[in-house]
Amino acid sequence: MTGAEALSPAAMAVSRRTGASAPSPDSSNVAWLIASLVLVAAPHAQRLPLWITLLGAVLMAWRLYISARGRPLPGRWILLPLTFAGIAGIYFSFGSIFGRNPGVAMLLMLIALKLLEMRSLRDAMLVVFLSYFLVITNFLYSQEVPTALYMMGVVFVITLSLLRFNCMAGVPPLAARLRLATVLLAQSIPLMLVLFLLFPRLPGPLWALPRDALGGVTGLSDTMSPGSLSALSLSDEVAFRVNFSDSVPPPPSRMYWRGPVMEEFDGQTWRVGEGRFQGRPQDLEFSGSPVRYQVTLEPHYRPWILALEMPSNRPRRTGMRSDYSLLAFTPVRTRMRYEMVSYYQYRAGLKEPAMHRTRNLALPTGFNPRARELAETWRVQAPDPDGVVQRALSYFRAEPFAYTLQPPLLGRHGVDDFLFKTRSGFCEHYASAFTFLMRAAGIPARVVTGYQGGEFNMVGDYLIVRQADAHAWSEVWLRDRGWVRIDPTAAVAPERVQSGIAEALPASDPLPYTVRGSLAWLVELRLQLDTLAFRWDQWVLGYGPERQYEFLSRAGMTAPDWRSMAVGLLTGTGVLLLVFALWMLRRPGRGVPDPAQAAYLRFCQKLARAGVPRRAGEGPRDFAERATSLRPEIGPAVEGITDLYVALRYGRGAGPEQFRRLRELVSRFRA
Amino acid sequence: MLGALADRITNRIFPPRGREMGPVVLVHRRVFILPTGQGVLFALFLALMLAGSMNYNLSLGYVLTFLLATMAIVSILHTFRNLVHLRVFPGKPAAVFEGENAGFPVHLESHDAVPRLSIGVRPKAGGEPVYADVPPRGVGQVILRVPAPRRGWLRPGLLRVTTRFPLGLFYAWSNVELDTRCLVYPKPDASRLPLPMLEPRSGTGSEFGAGEEDFAGMRPYRPGDSPRHIAWKAVAQERGLLTKQFSGQAEAELWLDWNLAAGLDTEARLSRLTRWVLDAHRADATYGLRIPGTVVAPDRGEAHREHCLQILALYGLDPQGEGHDRR
Repeated sequence: MTGAEALSPAAMAVSRRTGASAPSPDSSNVAWLIASLVLVAAPHAQRLPLWITLLGAVLMAWRLYISARGRPLPGRWILLPLTFAGIAGIYFSFGSIFGRNPGVAMLLMLIALKLLEMRSLRDAMLVVFLSYFLVITNFLYSQEVPTALYMMGVVFVITLSLLRFNCMAGVPPLAARLRLATVLLAQSIPLMLVLFLLFPRLPGPLWALPRDALGGVTGLSDTMSPGSLSALSLSDEVAFRVNFSDSVPPPPSRMYWRGPVMEEFDGQTWRVGEGRFQGRPQDLEFSGSPVRYQVTLEPHYRPWILALEMPSNRPRRTGMRSDYSLLAFTPVRTRMRYEMVSYYQYRAGLKEPAMHRTRNLALPTGFNPRARELAETWRVQAPDPDGVVQRALSYFRAEPFAYTLQPPLLGRHGVDDFLFKTRSGFCEHYASAFTFLMRAAGIPARVVTGYQGGEFNMVGDYLIVRQADAHAWSEVWLRDRGWVRIDPTAAVAPERVQSGIAEALPASDPLPYTVRGSLAWLVELRLQLDTLAFRWDQWVLGYGPERQYEFLSRAGMTAPDWRSMAVGLLTGTGVLLLVFALWMLRRPGRGVPDPAQAAYLRFCQKLARAGVPRRAGEGPRDFAERATSLRPEIGPAVEGITDLYVALRYGRGAGPEQFRRLRELVSRFRA
Repeated sequence: MLGALADRITNRIFPPRGREMGPVVLVHRRVFILPTGQGVLFALFLALMLAGSMNYNLSLGYVLTFLLATMAIVSILHTFRNLVHLRVFPGKPAAVFEGENAGFPVHLESHDAVPRLSIGVRPKAGGEPVYADVPPRGVGQVILRVPAPRRGWLRPGLLRVTTRFPLGLFYAWSNVELDTRCLVYPKPDASRLPLPMLEPRSGTGSEFGAGEEDFAGMRPYRPGDSPRHIAWKAVAQERGLLTKQFSGQAEAELWLDWNLAAGLDTEARLSRLTRWVLDAHRADATYGLRIPGTVVAPDRGEAHREHCLQILALYGLDPQGEGHDRR
């Protein structure tokens, strides 16, 4: 049996509407199905190896050819080897058949092959379901607003082709199918919203994610070497957004967002030290007024929690380390919102144990002899450690140092090369060199990485901090002041700290367009779009357990748990369905029927029972003519009733006696 | 499948109503609905999608899963509405010969403004449904082919009116037994035996008296009629060419007699006689039929043929009888 026969169940149908034989719908059905598959797979094409895209295209074209020409489908002995070859190809392309990319490739290939095996309505519906499933695989890569809109359109098209497959007696016109699909989806949207809001959300994954599940995320790392932050500066991805609860946001120069703190240095690379979790912040004294704000952190698959220096609290499921960096207990896999309170004025680590101080003096031997020498001179000359710090800063200010994203390469003695030869670098070079100098001069010092500044979005009234705002600075420990922040970059390029990276860098340096922001209207548009994206992130993508709890509490549900959510969910959907059912199953005009039409319909029924049913779309006149030609003996009665009906229904000024007469005629009528 | 179980349950709760006269309205309580096999498969897909959305924390995955799930639920209403309040009534089936397929016209009528698409009708016992669309306030028709294995009255039995429209995820149905029957003529004998010999006119079966001059009536003129017998008076009255008929006309008569098919069993005799009726009709002869208990006077024409065939079809059966249902 070929697909062509099986997919036209309407072959036997005899419909008054469509005539004796319905046109075989199969090739158009297949075309619709393939069109929706193409739409749903298109975004994947850019991410998959070319050969998979081509294979899929060839298989689909083959299926279209088969159904258009009514050729038989290929047999097992063609499809089976093709399947194995495809699986092998995926294995060789990806090195695995599991994981996100190979999984999607596999699914696409198997669906394309299934098309060539699609013989029945059942097979076709399976392909339709798989197409719906493919929609969700696209969300693994992007959940942005444009993707959502596009996929909504794709779901509509898939639904249209599902609808078409289920038209057994001739296919209604496209307009009718569009209307029906629109009604179906429009009715589901309110129900979907109820489910979306009230379906109990669970935190965390149910099973282990494949390693590449959501790969390719940029962000701070637990190491810092020359070039690691300047690479981030090329990314305009949002790191986090901040709402300041009260009043105005602080000036950019005060916004140091503390991230991982690096205490170990091997001559090239700084590493996060072995700081312990303290639980609650310890050995911290605050003064001045607090800053309250709320951070929405994008998932970065690392445990860092960013906060303004110096945070006074820790969000849920996070801890503060002894180096005052905040860490989540598990990597931040989902967008995370937390409330923070920070103070600009603080004393940290006044009672820092000697052991910690010694750790922050350690330097690898055999590196950077000239820098050590310079630091030694300062230590001898300066009266106190603070004096050394000032000497170092004035050194950076006085010597011709340059701030650039594209520094020359450094040799084995990286700090020496930077301080005395190249003298141009990015914040990590300055922070690294400065910290090295401090340690060499006997002052405990460490590198702090994080972000500095941000862009204030007036439209949405929040601050956007991008990866490009990544920054590194130093912290030195002074006897009476504890850990003090020193930003050597500010000594070289004060604009970096005051106005952001775009101001500080030479115009020739490559920076993302969004970071530079030269055209006013473009900046405005960009902020508008970011506001939309932020709201989308917060309310749609970020609707997790916490958001749900917050939303439902605000909506008046006291202590929402899964039980009250289930009740709300069932009530909400039940009420909506009841409304739809009443609306759809109402009998229009049952109470006040058009008396003329009611009588005429009774007349038609009598004729139909006599073997002369009225055809769809047949006017009363045509019907009367046909009935008369079929049954001449009842001609006069048919004509009389039809004339009166037409006069009553389409004419003007009919009296009640005429209606009575029509009813009489009809009840006396015998066919 | 689910269908068989559902049948058992619904038969227990709602026993079959038996044959119903006139249009049968598929009211709410006689329309049932259950997921199709594809509907169950779709539910599995949705469960998989929900698990994936939870695991990968895909908010849009939740949106999609919930949208599709509620679309499936909403489609229950659409499928149900597609069938409910539909009126089903039979058309008049044309008689067939034993061994052929009887075609039962089934009319589906909608009294409201919703088009009802892809309504299928099939014998409940099984078989592929035949589909039709029913326009708003209009009538759709399907012709249900039912094999006619025996002569006599054939009833289509319990019918099932179904629909899976619009998404094919749910299946609504209603069982209906329509008051309709189709006459099944005996199967014509395959033999090529010639028609029996003509009998002299004064056969025992003649109900008319003797005498060529006994005026018996008029019939339309046929070429070859003697001009002597043309009713010229009628021509003058512009009633057309009529031939006067006289009983006992010197025309030999063709009698299809039960006894001429001697040596066969009843059914074979009926087959033989059926063949002769057909042959005689084709030859445009005037013929009479004589079987035990019934004599049909010689005549010709379509009505006569049908009359004879009906006599043969119902021989030995209760003429108003129930016939046999196809179960």
